[in-house]
Amino acid sequence: MRSYFVLRVVAKVLLPFIIIFALYVQFHGDFGPGGGFQAGVIFASGFILYSLIFGLDAAGAVMSRGILRFAIALGLLLYAGVGVYNMLLGGNYLEYGVMAADPATGQHIGILVIEAGVGITVASVMIAVFFTFAGRGKADRR
Amino acid sequence: MALTTLAIVRIRNLYAVVMLASIYSLLAASIFVVLDAVDVAFTEAAVGAGISTVLALGTLALTTGREKPPGHTKIIPLAVVIITGGALIYGTLDLAPFGDPKSPSQTHVAPVYLSEGQEKTTVPNIVTAVLASYRGFDTLGEVAVVFTAGIGVMLILGNWRRRRRDEDDRHA
Repeated sequence: MRSYFVLRVVAKVLLPFIIIFALYVQFHGDFGPGGGFQAGVIFASGFILYSLIFGLDAAGAVMSRGILRFAIALGLLLYAGVGVYNMLLGGNYLEYGVMAADPATGQHIGILVIEAGVGITVASVMIAVFFTFAGRGKADRR
Repeated sequence: MALTTLAIVRIRNLYAVVMLASIYSLLAASIFVVLDAVDVAFTEAAVGAGISTVLALGTLALTTGREKPPGHTKIIPLAVVIITGGALIYGTLDLAPFGDPKSPSQTHVAPVYLSEGQEKTTVPNIVTAVLASYRGFDTLGEVAVVFTAGIGVMLILGNWRRRRRDEDDRHA
């Protein structure tokens, strides 16, 4: 689809906004609707749009499979790691209150970190699944 | 929504079916907005109408765009559908009426979350507070499910093994 000029321009204009919107949903989940799951999916769809228009190779150059595989595990480990960290500080598993002097601040930090973990895992899983599907078609055609 | 569902059942062109399913998801998302469940609507619009449509189209590109006409009798599937549907509808008769403040789901833990959640977590979005703090374990499990699903797809469909076999062929 690389030859469609209009598509290319529109995608390039839209992409920064999609990514920024994903980050906004990610970090504004405490206050408005949204959170890690939604942000991850929005980020992934922005990325999938890029690879649909500019081709898999260009997208793979931005985010390689190795990074994706690493990020899938990183998000889950971040989430579980927060729980372990809370236990080391003397609280229960996933009891965020112990992370700061004020329990409410601890809650804030905890929720922010685990939402980041959720977002990383969801986004990278979605992109990886898309890459796998699309890459398979290409391999068969060759 | 009923119209899209009927069209999905009738149409044999799978590309049209995928697009109709996407429209169905969008309609479902707008229903969630009407019900004030903005977080759910967000997810439905992004996943149902966005990502799954792209993935379904990707699958069609790998396989074929037309559904095969069924080669078997239609009576057994019809009986299964009627019995399951009847059981489900019978089950809904026991549900509490919509919006009933006295239903068990409204009187058990929900009031505690709603009254204490603000002070304990200081998170204005109560959905996030419940999802990430009160129900932290559940959400951890959900992320693990997403992780497992991703790994599974990569293991089954990824071409690592094929690449290794190619290398073996070259060596042999």
